[in-house]
Amino acid sequence: MENGHTSEYAIEMLHITKRFPGIIANDDVTIQLRHGEIHALLGENGAGKSTLMSVLFGLYQAEEGTIKKDGKEVKILSPNDANDLGIGMVHQHFKLVECFTVLDNIILGNEPTNKLGVLNKAEARKKIIALSEKYGLQVDPDAKIQDITVGMQQRTEILKMLYRDNEILIFDEPTAVLTPQEINELMQIMKNLAAEGKSILFISHKLAEIMAVADRCTVLRKGKYIGTVNTADVTMEELSAMMVGRNVSFHVAKGEQHLGDVILKIENMTVASKVHKNNAVRNVSLEVRAGEIVCIAGIDGNGQSEFVHGLTGLEPLVSGKITLLGKDITKLPIRKRSVMGMSHIPEDRHKHGLVLDYSLENNIVLQRYFEPFFDKAGFLRKKNIRQYAEKLIEQYDVRSGQGPVTLARSMSGGNQQKAIIAREIDRNPSLLVAVQPTRGLDIGAIEYIHKQIVAQRDAGKAVLLVSLEMDEVLDVSDRILVMYEGEIVGQLDPKTTTPEEMGLYMSGAKREEV
Amino acid sequence: MTLLIQYTLLFASVLMLVALGGCFSEHSGVINIGLEGIMVFGALGGALALRYLPDGSAAVIVILASVLAAMAAGILYSMLLAVAAINFKADQTLVGTAMNLMGVAAATVLVKALNTAENPNNPSATIAYGSARKSFLIAEGMEFSWLTLLAVVLLVLAWFVLYKTKFGLRLQSCGEHPQAAASVGISVYKMRYAGVMISGALGGLGGLVYITAAVSEWKFENGVAGFGFLALAVMIFGAWKPFRIALAALLFGLFRSLSNVYTGFPFLEQLNLPGTVYNMMPYIISLIVLILFSKNSAAPKAEGIPYDQGSR
Repeated sequence: MENGHTSEYAIEMLHITKRFPGIIANDDVTIQLRHGEIHALLGENGAGKSTLMSVLFGLYQAEEGTIKKDGKEVKILSPNDANDLGIGMVHQHFKLVECFTVLDNIILGNEPTNKLGVLNKAEARKKIIALSEKYGLQVDPDAKIQDITVGMQQRTEILKMLYRDNEILIFDEPTAVLTPQEINELMQIMKNLAAEGKSILFISHKLAEIMAVADRCTVLRKGKYIGTVNTADVTMEELSAMMVGRNVSFHVAKGEQHLGDVILKIENMTVASKVHKNNAVRNVSLEVRAGEIVCIAGIDGNGQSEFVHGLTGLEPLVSGKITLLGKDITKLPIRKRSVMGMSHIPEDRHKHGLVLDYSLENNIVLQRYFEPFFDKAGFLRKKNIRQYAEKLIEQYDVRSGQGPVTLARSMSGGNQQKAIIAREIDRNPSLLVAVQPTRGLDIGAIEYIHKQIVAQRDAGKAVLLVSLEMDEVLDVSDRILVMYEGEIVGQLDPKTTTPEEMGLYMSGAKREEV
Repeated sequence: MTLLIQYTLLFASVLMLVALGGCFSEHSGVINIGLEGIMVFGALGGALALRYLPDGSAAVIVILASVLAAMAAGILYSMLLAVAAINFKADQTLVGTAMNLMGVAAATVLVKALNTAENPNNPSATIAYGSARKSFLIAEGMEFSWLTLLAVVLLVLAWFVLYKTKFGLRLQSCGEHPQAAASVGISVYKMRYAGVMISGALGGLGGLVYITAAVSEWKFENGVAGFGFLALAVMIFGAWKPFRIALAALLFGLFRSLSNVYTGFPFLEQLNLPGTVYNMMPYIISLIVLILFSKNSAAPKAEGIPYDQGSR
């Protein structure tokens, strides 16, 4: 073969079947990675992408099927075997030691030492600097991980693979944590790597990125192999139909806007941070009116969580004033805010959304059990609770093993989220606070949740949406406020702005007085 | 004044050795509350070596044998923690507490069993090592021991190992982010075993230094008077860093030795405080230190969390 390769493919996974008790995670899946190509692996959550990559990386053993490297069959029984075969992976959640320097993280496990085991960091530094110049991966070898940006952390992970001379690079959802500018940089880096002869597997469910960077794409659905296509030959719609199994509309249909009165007014809100001494939210003022969806956009960790905690009463304010429906609620407890008409779809559905070891029906009445319909002289009216839960389950299509008595813990993430949304929306709130409502859900569920949120707005409710997803922000909202380091740094109109412009605000490169 | 310096150095070297031991265990990700129990067992191992060595053995042999015996006993006892916490993923605080409770009791029973032959009706829990102890002294009549010197050597060694070697880098990665360590092929289980065993060795040695500090016999019913816990406070005050631990140990050692020698200082005697006040000092200081410093501490992030290969 050309370039001295003995096979057309760098790595092949042929007819892989991996079963877990009760489910088949990979059912006769085949993926073949050519030398020097960028190959995307596309599928929804639960489609089996991670399992397949775990098999390749030696974390699981497949029951059936073979893995070949350069045409020769290999056995990969542990991550060490994968390393030895030149397979490296940038995990979705970085595997970096926060209090170590970039250099220490890169050499960890492959340390250059003398015979006594004493580290030789000078040698490592030379190699790292040479690699970072060759591939355009800017890092400061002596900076600690905890002090550098997410983008630089990711470059550290990439350097870890290059330092080990890995030839096959797996990127697991690498863009989830990046700003649009950083995503563009990463795409360029991936292209450089491929041009230098590295073979790249790129796991994603973001179609636009796959179209932009990948040569070929393999699609999985519910554990099954659907097909492999050249990205040049297909459209995004076709890819999406392969992934989901039906046509999905990317754009949310919204009715005409009818702006009403101001429902929520926040003046100069400041909230303390739990992790550092500065305030996490600084002097934020905003209004949300009936019939509009206002979206707080920003990169994770810029004060959005603390902002929501302050608004919903989970944390006290340092200063500022919150007015809901004309009444000052700054000091009101959570239940009073809830009864007054504030609904909250929390960021962390396990921590703040559900009592995981309660049944579905009990979770559904968590905020209402004291109402006369559910309570008589301190005793729960079980029949009414059951009846109400059944109604919501039916109406919002919440799927579970045993209906109202299912333990919340045993439900899938999408159905847990549907249960929370049913509970929060059915209370008929004046203000709906939805924080990352589609986090970790697949396209079908996302489409459903977006419809529900837009329906609230069309019904004349005020909606405050906090989201990290660029597409969601642009699709759903009527007005975008960008939060950066605890401050609102820009107001944008989703009809006229671009992801690039938003990215400038989100990364602090641009700001205006709002 | 010389007396104060001698005692300070002695107590400080005990605290430093044990705290360094804790430091290794915690950097590997295992909280070692059981240092107190490990000290007792190390002390027992060392004391037995001293007692059973033939009279008139060379000083080098006495020192080597007792130090190695103390370390071996400490390692052996620390394996309880290693097996329970690493293999069986038990709660590390509970295991450590159990080790402390058992340490004194088991040592007492063992020593009494050994002493039964002398006095079958009321065996004593005391081991006398009499003259063998003199081998530790660098010069006759001065309470400055070779063991103190050894402690200083071990301090430098500990710093070097933690920060300058491959082993140290890997050990710390297991205490900070074991999943990251595993993903680059490091065996978290092995590193944690190593961390706990080193803490057993240093803790055991600390126990030996403590019981041979100024007396020629030890009553094992007394345990080691909470020095294992003081060492934990020293470790936290020292921010898990060897040289800061050494400074913290000196400070604690100073307060501890005041109770032995305060009568030698006229101005302290004039205060007319009861001796118990000085006895309380190191413990009160450790309380204050923990209240002030445990919140913004530099503890290894993954310490106390059992490592499971499945979780990512």
